[in-house]
Amino acid sequence: MSGKKKTFDEHSIWWRVAADFLQSRVAVGGLIVLGLVVLAALVAPWITPQNPYDLMQLDVLDARLHPGTPSSAGGYTYWLGTDGQGRDLYSAIIYGLRISLLVGVGSALFAAVIGTLVGLLAAYAGGKVDAALMRLVDLLLSFPTILMALMILAYVGKGVGNVVLTLVLLEWAYYARTARGQALVETRREYVEAARGQGIPRWRILTGHILPNCLPPLLVIGALQIARAITLEATLSFLGLGVPITEPSLGLLISNGYQYLLSNEYWISFFPGVALLATIIAINLVGDQLRDVLNPRLQK
Amino acid sequence: MTGWLLRRIAQAALVVVLMTVIVFAGLHAIGNPVDILIGDDMNQQERLEAIARLGLDQPLWRQYLAFVDGALHGNLGKSFVYQEDAIRLILQRLPATLELAVGALLLAIVIGVPLGLYAGMKPDHPVSKGLMAASIVGFSLPAFWVALMFIMVFSVQLGWLPASGRGETRELLGIQWSWLTLDGLQHLILPAFNLALFKISLVLRLTRAGVREVLPQDHVKFARAKGLSPARVVIMHVLRNTLIPLVTVLGLELGATIAYAVVTETIFAWPGAGKLILDSINSLDRPVVVAYLMVVVVIFVTLNLMVDLLYKLLDPRVRLEGAR
Repeated sequence: MSGKKKTFDEHSIWWRVAADFLQSRVAVGGLIVLGLVVLAALVAPWITPQNPYDLMQLDVLDARLHPGTPSSAGGYTYWLGTDGQGRDLYSAIIYGLRISLLVGVGSALFAAVIGTLVGLLAAYAGGKVDAALMRLVDLLLSFPTILMALMILAYVGKGVGNVVLTLVLLEWAYYARTARGQALVETRREYVEAARGQGIPRWRILTGHILPNCLPPLLVIGALQIARAITLEATLSFLGLGVPITEPSLGLLISNGYQYLLSNEYWISFFPGVALLATIIAINLVGDQLRDVLNPRLQK
Repeated sequence: MTGWLLRRIAQAALVVVLMTVIVFAGLHAIGNPVDILIGDDMNQQERLEAIARLGLDQPLWRQYLAFVDGALHGNLGKSFVYQEDAIRLILQRLPATLELAVGALLLAIVIGVPLGLYAGMKPDHPVSKGLMAASIVGFSLPAFWVALMFIMVFSVQLGWLPASGRGETRELLGIQWSWLTLDGLQHLILPAFNLALFKISLVLRLTRAGVREVLPQDHVKFARAKGLSPARVVIMHVLRNTLIPLVTVLGLELGATIAYAVVTETIFAWPGAGKLILDSINSLDRPVVVAYLMVVVVIFVTLNLMVDLLYKLLDPRVRLEGAR
């Protein structure tokens, strides 16, 4: 195996993908926003004046303050106001982003690994195993996500781990269907035949030859699924079925602001929603562009 | 065709049976409703009597068989909280949910199809590009947050539309409806529009894609060459051929809309089945949760079946293939 030449080829492919990706200004904008969001979530403790999960740092007298009010303890300003517990909303949003991203990316990763394995297994085994697995996938995908999520959460209860579990249970089917479809397409390609002719065992062909070629569509699905997972987590938390109240994600922050909305204290629900929306739109824009760039049908 | 239909019905029935097993087994795992329903002041004797009354002392498979037997007779047990027949509770609330879901679908069609037609006919026009960008935002918007913003802007600040409830209802065919009164319609606008946002984007994109596909085909060119008016070409030749995927997707969407109404109903205090189920999940009211899931599953499977059938009837290519 000429390992060096292979890496060179791979580089040139990814360079081309990157170059194609940069063609769309909107997508680049999305990527920049996404980068900033991820960065902010990573360095949250260093860029926020308050740890919103530390009850000692919260002052109930500072509850529901307008954006721009200075904190009573002094030292900093509540630029985005405070919520009903006296949390600085800016800090709460940055920390909330952490949970939202963690849940979104975590569930997408687990689901991708499980789904890809199941999809490859179905393509590899064929016959009855394939049929049974794909029926299961069809069944899962034919029901609305929110309904299944309500059902599963009704069984397992609240909590970050349970939300991730729910999302994984719902999402793996997307990857499984895509991986299987792509694997079946790739199986008929000449390079697979060549590998078979060399006497390479089937499972090696599957993992070493077919799997890498299934990755581009899975990557696209992954990007869009992260956005879906973040939305779903926010929705479930909003309904009171998601993360616990002591560690609010963006959805729960919005939910907490709901009761104050009618008295025109809009900021508690408004700003976390803006952060959520910006994150989701950025991911969707990046995912859309990835799909266009990686789709061989659209390439000239 | 008959063979296909029978196979398809059998498949649908299997899905329903499978769901009863999953729903039942799963719900059994969430906890003992006895702990919630029976007060601490009850003595052991009263406790056992309550357990026996609710049928919770039987082995699990017995409970399941009793459940299936009851389900076949339209009886899924009594709500622990309301002390009323669970399936009746759901069916009482269902019209409100259906009203909301159908209203949302209608809005999606009335708004989405014309916009999609426009974007498809003039793909390079800035307005079309703006519409496509807006549809991405429409897909991305978290529905619950939009609902809150609707309430904030239209109810709190502008004071134009009511934020909660169904308003005045009027009876038709023994069921109370909101859309028959002006007050009810005003109450319907915000939640229906909220539920429709995602679907408007979906319909817009589907219609556009369909138009783009049909437009360059020969029969459209021929219709133009015949000297038909542009409106007639668009309606009779372009739109008609984009309807098939649209009908399929919207049929399936109705089921999803009923499920997603949980969120909208909760925010707008719309007294439908969705709000009931959320309350029931929180109070571990098992029979109601089960009844809701079963009703929605049956609705969903029936819708799927009807969409499949409609798809066959609408598309002559599929229809003829089945006849061969």
